[in-house]
Amino acid sequence: MALQFEVVGRFNRARASKLTLPHYVVQTPMFMPVGTQGTIKGLTNSQLEDIGCQIILGNTYHLALRPGAELIDELGGLHKFMNWKRALLTDSGGFQMVSLLHLADITEEGVTFQSPVDGKPMLLTPEESIQIQNKIGADIIMALDDVVRTTITGPRIEEAMYRTLRWMDRCIAAHKRPDAQNLFGIVQGGLDPVLRDICVRGLVERNLPGYAIGGLAGGEDKDSFWRVVAQCTAALPEDKPRYVMGVGYPLDIVVCSALGADMYDCVYPTRTARFGTALVPEGVLKLKHNAMASDERPIDSTCSCMVCKNYSRAYIHSLVTRDAMGSQLLSYHNLSYMMRLSKDLHMSIVEGRFPEYVRGFLRTQFPKGDVPQWVCNAMEVAGIDISSCCAPVPV
Amino acid sequence: MRFVVTKPSAGAGVAGKARLGALYLGGGAAPPIETPALVVPTRRGLPSFISRDLLDRLPYPDSLLLHLSPIHFVECPSTRTIKNIGGVHQMVGLQDHFFIASPGDSVESLPEHEGTNKIGAAFETPSGRRLINPKDYMEIISSTRPNLWASLADEVPAWVTEKRNRLSIDRTLKWLDDCLSLDQEKGVSTLGAVVGGSNIENRKRCATEVSMRNVSGFYLGGFGLGESIEERSALLNAVTDILPEEKIRFVSRLGLPEEVLQGVAAGIDLFDSTYIYHLTLGGFALVFPLDLLGEAPEALLRNSSSDYTKINLHATIYRKDTSPIVDKCSCYTCQNHTRAYLNHLLNVHEMLAQILLEIHNTHHFLGFFRSIRQVLKQEKFELFRQRFMESRRVHLTEALS
Ligand SMILES: [Zn+2]
Ligand SMILES: [Zn+2]
Repeated sequence: MALQFEVVGRFNRARASKLTLPHYVVQTPMFMPVGTQGTIKGLTNSQLEDIGCQIILGNTYHLALRPGAELIDELGGLHKFMNWKRALLTDSGGFQMVSLLHLADITEEGVTFQSPVDGKPMLLTPEESIQIQNKIGADIIMALDDVVRTTITGPRIEEAMYRTLRWMDRCIAAHKRPDAQNLFGIVQGGLDPVLRDICVRGLVERNLPGYAIGGLAGGEDKDSFWRVVAQCTAALPEDKPRYVMGVGYPLDIVVCSALGADMYDCVYPTRTARFGTALVPEGVLKLKHNAMASDERPIDSTCSCMVCKNYSRAYIHSLVTRDAMGSQLLSYHNLSYMMRLSKDLHMSIVEGRFPEYVRGFLRTQFPKGDVPQWVCNAMEVAGIDISSCCAPVPV
Repeated sequence: MRFVVTKPSAGAGVAGKARLGALYLGGGAAPPIETPALVVPTRRGLPSFISRDLLDRLPYPDSLLLHLSPIHFVECPSTRTIKNIGGVHQMVGLQDHFFIASPGDSVESLPEHEGTNKIGAAFETPSGRRLINPKDYMEIISSTRPNLWASLADEVPAWVTEKRNRLSIDRTLKWLDDCLSLDQEKGVSTLGAVVGGSNIENRKRCATEVSMRNVSGFYLGGFGLGESIEERSALLNAVTDILPEEKIRFVSRLGLPEEVLQGVAAGIDLFDSTYIYHLTLGGFALVFPLDLLGEAPEALLRNSSSDYTKINLHATIYRKDTSPIVDKCSCYTCQNHTRAYLNHLLNVHEMLAQILLEIHNTHHFLGFFRSIRQVLKQEKFELFRQRFMESRRVHLTEALS
């Protein structure tokens, strides 16, 4: 195990922690920006450091294609290749194949897919995924899991869950650098509580450095989503980090953190930036909208990022979808927003004012008091009284 | 604005008209910009890929001088909004920088002489052809408030007829008078546009006329539009022979290193160039040595690759190259990243490639101008220019053989 996980504050199920990884000490709850190909789109490392990014994610599938794991290894690993001094996490590559390539086929051996380079059939086994990730050298690496869409039902879900456990053992056996890289297991089992339970137990038995909750954020209904998260976080060990994969909407992160999750990743903040949308405490702000053309205010007057300190909505409106700078500036702000959210969650838990923070967050997002029912249900389980946010507003 | 020629031209030799100057644009505390200088290209007031936090790391005060194309603001924000925000400096968050405006650029507001008529100048923009009259133009100028601005010009390519060329001069002169009459500052920040195509007599006539106007400097328009590099020296000299010594001269679209040297030799002080932008988009990085007088030219040739001035980082030879673009370059890119990483970013079409390349290329090109000023101080400009041209020629010959 190459990490230390120290809980520094709690509120009911929510926790704030200091996660010491080989390259950096990360404070959780933490959002991890996705740097698919060894870069966060449109931002330099110094900018990522300026806005408080502590750990970023690389996609094994993309990196293995270009520039290739051998090359990264030869040049000293991904940290050195991209000159990122803080923590890194790589995924297993399996999810990318299943979601990007329609022709992926999963067998007991591994994931078979058509090479996007020459169209030849290729096979990614658990052993190979770990081998590649060992070469890339991230602080946290992920086991190859059998991913199925959460909207699928029936025996396939069960098969995938058991296979994920069997592959876990192959990953553990293949892992050559447990002293320098932390292998996380991934809980599968669809929306079935029984299957999820079997999977959690199986993974916990294997005593891994950390655990991820997988197979979510794939179009399932929100009530099912939070119930799976709540079930898994309740059953996972207290002294290990918990990572909900693919989650990136600010509201989801607040809810999952209240339920005891610690880490998140999503392309949403940077992708939506490229389409001209800014994340703000109230929700989103569409900079392409005509009303922005004469709006002299900053994107978010409560944000102290470089973009909000210097630019008006009107100016950014003139850049979005025309100039690269438009998406650069919006990505910068959106990731600043996600880092501020992470920090606020951490600090409010440490300072014993987490419920107040959650209520303030919900009041800003839902000024009319129309907090979605699934959020109310989740908060009840999290032991956070949000009745004052849901009260009908007097007309 | 105040401009002082700190070292007048020697008046002899190939580089006889090259001169050094100091441009004071800020208040009392602002440092002067030494000329010859590069006016860093921008899109809507910001360099294409370098945001303000990264701009701060470029050489100071050289990087304070930015170009502004008023045509970029024809659509939005409205002049009223720009005025409310407080002008371009405030709008792009670069209060300490200096903006020099001239009508078009060579990226997204190209002068379109066929669409130009007596009402206004036409430009090809991403949203189609736009006709700008002096009143529109001055509205954008008075709302953006650049530190210096060139008057609206009818810039025509080298191949137009004599008649069309004469017409462009008449229009440009009329528009200068129109701009001046609409200018609240009465020409204090105005660079009068000089045109005349590739006809020496026309160039002279226009320069003479503009010199009689109440302007603070000159904008040499209509270059880089199809004239040959051989005829250009004579055209530039025909203009600078007439222009008063004490006023600043700004030329647009002469951006290649050898074109800059040609312009400096003809007595030009400011250069606006989208060269950096085009290099960056193509995946090129500038690598030519800046200290041409310190090293032996043969050594330079051995070290250089590609065409002597630049390398293309797309090339597979850089796949495993862990050296910076240029050894000892102090820019952010070279201090932090390798050629191998840039090669990867270009291969996977990541925007960071352009950000890092624009930083290095801007840094390097500002360094080139610094070297030019240095050799002018040492009175070795002619040698410097010769060495540069020779290395380039030798390299080209070798590349062809
Ligand atoms: Zn902001
Ligand atoms: Zn450099």
